Amino acid sequence: MTPGTQTAAEGGAPVAATGYRPRRALPLRVEAIRQFRRRRTLVTFGIVIALPLVLLTAFTIGGSPTDDDGGAPALVSIATASGPNFAAFVLFVSTSFLLPVTVALYCGDTVASEAGWSSLRYLLAAPVPRARLLWSKLVVALAYSALTVLLLAAVALVAGTAAYGWGEVRLPGGGSMPASQVLGRMAVVAGYVYGSLLVVGAVGFWLSTVTDAPLGAVGGAVGLWIVSTILDAVTALGRARDFLPTHWQYAWLDTLQPRITWAAMAQGLALSTACAVLFLAFAFRGFRAKDVVS
Amino acid sequence: MKTHTLRRRLRSLRGPRRRWPAAAAALTLVAVALTWTATADDPTPVHREDRFLTGADGVRLDTSYYTSPGGGRRPAVILAHGFGGTKDSEREQARRLARAGYAVLTYSARGFGASGGRIGLNAADGEVADVGRLLDWLAGRPEVRTDRAGDPVVGMAGGSYGGAVSLLAAARDRRIDAIVPSVTYWDLHQVLFPQGVFKKLWSGILFGQGLTDPRDPECGRFTAEVCSAFQRSAVTGRADARTRELLRGLSPAASARRISVPALVVQGQTDSLFPLDQGDAIAQAVARNGAPVAVDWISGGHDGGEDESGRIHARTVGWFDTHLKKAGGDGAGPVFRVSRSGGTDTGTGTAMLEGATAARYTGLDGTARRTMALREPEQTLVNPAGGTPPSVTGLPGLGSLSTLAGAVGMGPGWESRSANAAFTSAPLDAPLQVTGAPTVELTVRANRDAVLFAKLYDVGPDGRQTLPRELVAPVTAVDGETTRISLPAVDHRFEAGHRLRIVVSSTDLGFASPADPATYRIRAGHLTVPTAAALSVTESAGVPWWTWALPAGAVVAAVLVLTVRRPVRPVASAPDAAPSDVPLRITGLTKRYAGSGDRYAVRDLSFTVERGQVLGLLGPNGAGKTTTLRMLMGLIRQDSGSIRIFGQEVRSGSPVLSRLGSFVEGPGFLPHLTGRQNIDLYWRATGRPESDAHSEPALRIAGLGTALDRPVRTYSQGMRQRLALAQAMLGMPDLLVLDEPTNGLDPAQIREMRDVLTRYAATGRSVIVSSHLLAEVEQCCTHLVVMDRGALVAAGPVAEITGDDGLLLVGTADPEDEGLARKVAALPGVASATPVEEGLLVRVGSITVPELVVELVRMDVAVERIGPHRRLEDAFLTLIGGER
Repeated sequence: MTPGTQTAAEGGAPVAATGYRPRRALPLRVEAIRQFRRRRTLVTFGIVIALPLVLLTAFTIGGSPTDDDGGAPALVSIATASGPNFAAFVLFVSTSFLLPVTVALYCGDTVASEAGWSSLRYLLAAPVPRARLLWSKLVVALAYSALTVLLLAAVALVAGTAAYGWGEVRLPGGGSMPASQVLGRMAVVAGYVYGSLLVVGAVGFWLSTVTDAPLGAVGGAVGLWIVSTILDAVTALGRARDFLPTHWQYAWLDTLQPRITWAAMAQGLALSTACAVLFLAFAFRGFRAKDVVS
Repeated sequence: MKTHTLRRRLRSLRGPRRRWPAAAAALTLVAVALTWTATADDPTPVHREDRFLTGADGVRLDTSYYTSPGGGRRPAVILAHGFGGTKDSEREQARRLARAGYAVLTYSARGFGASGGRIGLNAADGEVADVGRLLDWLAGRPEVRTDRAGDPVVGMAGGSYGGAVSLLAAARDRRIDAIVPSVTYWDLHQVLFPQGVFKKLWSGILFGQGLTDPRDPECGRFTAEVCSAFQRSAVTGRADARTRELLRGLSPAASARRISVPALVVQGQTDSLFPLDQGDAIAQAVARNGAPVAVDWISGGHDGGEDESGRIHARTVGWFDTHLKKAGGDGAGPVFRVSRSGGTDTGTGTAMLEGATAARYTGLDGTARRTMALREPEQTLVNPAGGTPPSVTGLPGLGSLSTLAGAVGMGPGWESRSANAAFTSAPLDAPLQVTGAPTVELTVRANRDAVLFAKLYDVGPDGRQTLPRELVAPVTAVDGETTRISLPAVDHRFEAGHRLRIVVSSTDLGFASPADPATYRIRAGHLTVPTAAALSVTESAGVPWWTWALPAGAVVAAVLVLTVRRPVRPVASAPDAAPSDVPLRITGLTKRYAGSGDRYAVRDLSFTVERGQVLGLLGPNGAGKTTTLRMLMGLIRQDSGSIRIFGQEVRSGSPVLSRLGSFVEGPGFLPHLTGRQNIDLYWRATGRPESDAHSEPALRIAGLGTALDRPVRTYSQGMRQRLALAQAMLGMPDLLVLDEPTNGLDPAQIREMRDVLTRYAATGRSVIVSSHLLAEVEQCCTHLVVMDRGALVAAGPVAEITGDDGLLLVGTADPEDEGLARKVAALPGVASATPVEEGLLVRVGSITVPELVVELVRMDVAVERIGPHRRLEDAFLTLIGGER
C-alpha cells in the first residue's frame, strides 16, 4: 500500500488519503482568507468607511440641514443633532441601494466567480463535498455582509459622535430618546437591516449556483431589488405590496419612536427569512446534482 | 393509453430534469396567495333592487334594496348616509350585511341625491318620519322577519348625519330593534355653538354641502327655516333664541329618554366637528334607559385619520347578529374599545392601529384622575382687533395641517405670540396614558366676558410640542371667576420626560371670536387628567397571520425541496467490484449531456489502470476524453456505468477523490492571490494536514522562481499551466490525472515533464495523461486507451497497439519491389517482408538488425535508412478513421 492512505473501518480497504475528513474541507477561515484579499471586498469596505466621512464633510461644508418648515423633522434635518442621529441618517441613505448591492455582491459572486476562474472544479475534486462548499461560502458571504452593515453603523456612529457629540437622539416624529437607549436601538436597527437583506443574499446565492457569470448573479439579485422597489411604488397594488421584499426596507424607522413597534419589522423579517430559506434550499438542491462543466 | 400519452407530455413539459418538488413549493405559494385573495373577495352574490318609495308628506325617496339568495325570513337593516352623501355611499356596507344574511335598505335622504324634498336637518316630520315609511315598506316584504304584523325585526346604522337619524328614529319608532350610530351628534346646538362660540368654519362647510340646487344658490336644498338660521348665525357669530330652539329640537338629546335599544356608539378621536363628548352623551343616555351599549373610539373622524371602515363594518354585523339574530358568542365585541396608534407602517407611511379594550365604558372622566400643578404665573393675553391673525389648530376635514400650514410657513398649532398664554407641568417621571377629557381651572380677568380657546399640548424633552388630534375647546369666561373647564377628550400617551402644557389663545381659525380688541389676564390652577387603567391593549397592531405562517411554511417547503429526491435511474454498478488496489477501473461508462439529443459524449467505456502505469488517453477533439475525466473527478454524473478508484465508487465529493490529483481543462486559480498563496490555500481547503502537502517538490517542478510571489493574474498561460501541474501533484496523489498537460509548455519543459511523469509512476503511483496529440503520449506512456466519438477504440500496452518491436521499416531507393521482397523474405531468420510505399516492411525473427543490414547490402539493396516501424500514427488513424 502506498504511504499516505488511510484504511476504512470495515473491510480494510484504503478509502481516502490520510488526514482527509469531509467535514474539515474548505474551513471557514480558509474561505474567509480567499475572499478577503479580493478587490471587491476591500473596495466595499472602503466605500462603507468613506461614505459617513463624505457625508460628514458635506454637512460641514454645506452647513447643517435645517427643519425650518416647522413640520415633523425628517431624518436628514436632524442628522447633525447627535452622533447617533448621524448614524441613523447614514443607515437610512444606505438601506435602499448601497447595502443591498453589497450583500448581493458577497452572496451572488461567491460561487459563480469560482466557476468563472475554473477553481470550482478543483475544489470539488479536492474533494470538498458540495453541501460543505456551499455552506462555507454561504457562511462567509453572510459574515462579510454582516460585517459591512456593522462597519457602516460603527463608522457612522464614531464619526458622528466625534463631530456632533454623544447625546440624546432626536426622533424624526418629534421628541427625543435618552442616550442610554441609543446603543440598544442601534443594535436593533443594524440587526433588522441585515435581516431584511437576507432575501437579496439568498437570491444572489441561488443565482450564483445557477450561472457561471458572477455579474449575472449579482445583477439578478440587485435587479430583483430594483423591480421590487418599483412595484412597491405602485400604490394600486394595495396589500399585495406587503409581499414585496423592499416593502419593509425602512421598517427599522419604527425603532426611532419613543416606543418601538415591532409589527412592521416582524413582517419584514418574516418575509425576508421565508424567501431566504426557500432560495437557499433551491441553491443547495440545485447544486447537489448539478453537472459542473465550467 | 391516454394516461401514458399525458404522462409523456407532462414529462416533456417538465423538461429532462424533473423539478417537481420545486414546482410543488411554487404551487403551494400560489395556492396560499389565491386563498388570501379569495377570502378578501367573497363571491356570494348579492341581489340589488332600486326603487322609489314614498316618504312622509309624499316625498319620493330613492332606495336600494340588497338581499342575498336563500336564507328564508331574515332581519332587515336600514343604512343612512352622511351629510352630502347618497344611498350609494353605503353600498359596500350594504353588500357586506346582505352577505351576512340581512335584508338591507339604503336610501338617499330627502334633499340628497335623486330623492325629493328639502333638507331639514333630520326634522321629526321630515327625515325621521321618512324612516317610519321605510319601516312600513320593510314590514311588507315577505323575506323580512317580523316581531308581529307590521313590525319588522330591523336595525339601523349610519354615520354622522345618518347616525343622528338612526338615534332619532329609534326614539320615535319603537319598531327599530338595534342601532349603530357612528361619528354623530347628540346635541346639535352644543356641537355648532360649543360654549356659545360659533364653529364657523365647520358650519360653513356643512351648509355648503347642501347648496347643490342651482335654482337656489343661497339656500340650496335646505328648508327655509334651516337656511335662515344658518345665515343669521354666520352673520352675527352667535345663536339667537330661534336658532337655539331649532337646533335643540333637532337634536337626539331632546328625546334622550326614549332611546332604549341596543346601541353600538362609534365616535371619532380625530373629530373636531362631533367630538368624543357627543358619543359619550349618547352612550350615557342609552345606558340610563337600560339598553346595552358598546362604545368604540375609532382613530379617525370628520378631520380625517385612519380608515377603520372594514373593522367597523364587521363589528356592525356582529352587533346586529347579537341583537337582531340573537346569536350567541361575543359577536357584539368589547363594551369599550379605543383605537391607539401602534406605530407607522413604514412601507406605506400610514399609521397602524391597535385596539385597547375594557369590559366597561369608562367615560370622559376615566376611572382615576391625576392632578398636577402648572408652573407659570398669571399671563396677559391680547385679543387682536378683528380676531386676526387667528391661531391655527386643525382644519376641518384635513386633520393635520402639516401639509397646508407647512406651505404657508405655519406649523400645526401655530399661535400668534401675544395672543396666547401657556401653562406647563413638570416633566413626567413615568409614561401617562390619558383617556378622557382633562380639566383645568382657569381664572380670567377682563373688562368683559372673554372668549378663549384652550388646548392641551404634549411637550417633548427638546421643547417640541404636539397637539394630540389637533383639538381645541372654546371657553367663555366671566371676569374674575374661577371656572373648571373641560378640554377636548383624547386618548393619548404622554411619554416619560414629557410635559403637559395648557395653551390658551384668544382666537382660533375654526371659530368666531369677538372682533373688539381686548386684554385678558389669565391664571391657571391645577390640571386634572383622567386615566382608565381598565383599558388594555388586546388587539395588537396588525401582524397578519402570515407573519408566522410564512417562515414556518418556507422551512417546511425547504425541507421538502432538500429531502424529496427526484426518481433516480439506478446506475448499474459493475458486478465485479474492483479490488482496492486497482487505481482505476471504469466499467460501461455512459454519459449523454442534457439537450444533446442522441449524441453520446461517452458510450459504454471500460478500461482499467494498474499501479505503476502511465496511461495515455488518446483521441481527437470531441472524443469524450474530458467528459470521462470530469466524471472521474465527480464533477458530472454518469448516466450509467461505474468508476471505481481504489475500489471505491466515485460520486461527487467521494472521499476517495482525495487520492486523486487532477489537472483537467486548464488551470483554475484565484487571480488576486499569488501562486504560493493559491497553492497554500488550495491545500488548506482540502482540510488535510500541512505536512502531507509536499508542496516544495511540486513547486520545484513548476519552476516559477520568484514569480511564485506575484498575483496569478500576472502569469503567462504557461506559468499558470505549470502551477496547475504543481497543484495536481500536491500531496503526492496515488492517481494523477493530467489533461493536455503540455499545452503552453516549451519543448524543454515538455521533455522535463515526461521525465517527471516517468519518475512519478516509478514510485508505484499511476498517471493518466489525456491528449489529442499522438507524439505526446507515445513517448512517455506505458499503456494506451484510444477513444473516438465517445467509445473505446482500443486499449492496451503501447507496444500492443503500436505493433511489436520485430517490425522494421527498411527505406529503399526503389520502393514496392515485389521481387526484392520475396528475396528478403527468403533470408534465414526473417519471418516476412512486404513492399510498402517507403520501401520494405520486414518482420524479423532470429536475425539481428546488423545481420539483416549485412544481408541487404550483400543483395545490393540501396538501404537509405532502417529503423523500428512506429505504427502508432497509422494505428491511430486507422482506428479512428473508419467513417471519417
